[in-house]
Amino acid sequence: MLVEGIKSRPVYKGLSIQPRSRRHIFALEGEGAHALLERKAELDDAALSRSEILYVARGSQAKGYDEALRELGAQMFFAGPTIATLLFRLKGTLATAHMGTRLYIAGTEGFIGQAMMVALDHGMDHASIVTEHRGSLARRVQCVHCKGITEDVTHSPFPCSHCGLPLLVRDHYSRRLGAFQGVNIDAEEPGSAPDPEELFL
Amino acid sequence: MSGGIEIPVRVTQVTPVAHRIKRFRFERLDGGPMPYFSGGAHIIVSMNDNGHVRRNAYSLMSPPYDCSAYEISVLHVEDSRGGSSFMHEKVREGDEMRVSHPVNLFQPDWRGRKHLLIAGGIGITPFIAMMEQFSREGAHFELHYAVRTRDRGAYCEDLVARYGPHRVKIYCDAEDNRIPVARLLDSQPLGTHLYVCGPAGMIDGVLKAGLEAGWPEQNLHSERFLSSQPGKPFSIELTRSGKTIHVGHHESMLEAIEAAGIDVPFLCRGGACGQCETMVTVCDGKLLHNDVYLSDEEKASGRKVMLCVSRFEGNALHLDL
Repeated sequence: MLVEGIKSRPVYKGLSIQPRSRRHIFALEGEGAHALLERKAELDDAALSRSEILYVARGSQAKGYDEALRELGAQMFFAGPTIATLLFRLKGTLATAHMGTRLYIAGTEGFIGQAMMVALDHGMDHASIVTEHRGSLARRVQCVHCKGITEDVTHSPFPCSHCGLPLLVRDHYSRRLGAFQGVNIDAEEPGSAPDPEELFL
Repeated sequence: MSGGIEIPVRVTQVTPVAHRIKRFRFERLDGGPMPYFSGGAHIIVSMNDNGHVRRNAYSLMSPPYDCSAYEISVLHVEDSRGGSSFMHEKVREGDEMRVSHPVNLFQPDWRGRKHLLIAGGIGITPFIAMMEQFSREGAHFELHYAVRTRDRGAYCEDLVARYGPHRVKIYCDAEDNRIPVARLLDSQPLGTHLYVCGPAGMIDGVLKAGLEAGWPEQNLHSERFLSSQPGKPFSIELTRSGKTIHVGHHESMLEAIEAAGIDVPFLCRGGACGQCETMVTVCDGKLLHNDVYLSDEEKASGRKVMLCVSRFEGNALHLDL
C-alpha cells in the first residue's frame, strides 16, 4: 500500500557533469560511487583538477569503491566513516565556496535528502543540484505525529521508531526535512493496520 | 478590463531627473492608500491621448512599503511609438490618469544569500525599489550600474549617498568605464543571485557570461520589457467573435483588438508574462514571435502567439478569440 502520484516526490535526473562549472563537488554514498565511476570518460584532467570527491561507503563497505574513486585522481578525495562526518565536511566546503561551484549527490534517497538540506542551507537552489539515486530504495521517513525521523525504512506500514505508531509511508516528500511523510494508518481503529509490505528494498 | 481593476490617480509631481528622464508621482484620486507591492513590480499606465488609449508598463521605484503614492521614471525613447512621448510632452502635474494594480515578474529570490544587481540606463528603476526592500530586510546586496554619460544617469549620486560606495558602483561609458562582468561573476559567494535589467544586448551578454562562468540558470534573473515593434500592417480574423481586425504599422495586435472593443487578458504588455497567449487556428504566412515567453518549440509549432509584441506576415491569420 503506497500513496502515489504526489507531486513533491523528488525526481533524480542522473549525474550529468556540468562542463562550465568552475568547481565540482561530488557527495557520494555507497552504490552512488558507481554514478561517478561510470562517467569517468567525461572527466578530463581539467575537470578532475577542479573536483572534490566526498564518499561514505555504508552498505557498500568492502566493495573497494573508495579505492576506485581515489584512483580517479581528483584534486581532493575524502572518505568518511559515517554520513554525519561526510555532511560536516560538505558544510565546510560549501561555506567557503563561490558561485560557479556545482554539487552532485548520488546514493540512497535518505542520503540525497540530507546532503540536499546542507546545500539549501548554503543558499543553493535545489533545481541546480545534480542528483542520482543509486542503491537501496529504503526511505528516510518523518512521523507526522511525533516528528521523529526513522532512517532506512523498507516496509509500509512500519512502526515509528520514536512513538511506535504504525505509519503509512506516503510519496509526500519534504525538502526541508529531507524525508518522506509517514501517517498513522489505524487511527480510527487501533490495531487494524494491514500487514507490512516490503516496498522499498 | 482584463489587466485587473484600474486605479484612478492624479499626477502630483513631475520631476526632471536626468537627460530625457522624468519621474512621475501618482496619488489616488480618492485619497486612499495605494496597494503595497514588492521590489521589482511594475504597473501598466493607461494614457488617453485624445481617445486613443496607450498602455505601457513601468517599474515602480518608490519604496514598496510606502503606500502614499507610486513613483515611476520614464525615459523619453528616441523612436517612441507614442507612450514615452506622451508622458514627457503631454502629462502635467494635476492631470488625472489610470494605473493598474502592481504585478511582479522580477521578484528577488529571498532564499539568496547575496543579491548582485546589474543595471543599464533606465533599467535602474526596479532596483531602486528592490534595494529599499533589501536594506529594510537587512539583505546583502551590491549594485553595479552602467550609464552612457553622467548627465544621462538617473539617481547615480542619490544611490551612492544612500547605500554607500561599497554597495553602489557607477560605470560611465563616456569615461570608458565598463562593468567587469566576468570578474564579478567569478568572485561571488555561493548562494548569490544575479539580476540584470537594461538594454537587450546587455541582458543577453550578462546572462551568457553567467552561464559561461558556471552559474546555474536558477540564479540568473532578468527583466526586459519589450515594446511592440512597428512592422507591416496586416489583418486578423477572430473566429469566436467573428470580427476582422486591421493591425496598423505602429499598432500591436493587442492594441488593435482592444480598440475594436474586445476584452483580452494581459498583464505586462511586454512579451514576458504569458497572459495574452492566444491559440492560432489558421496561419497562412509567417508569425513573427517577438516575445520571451513561449519556448522555441511552441514558437515553431505556430499554434500560439503573444498578442502584445508579436506580428504576422502573410495571407491569413485566424485567432481563437
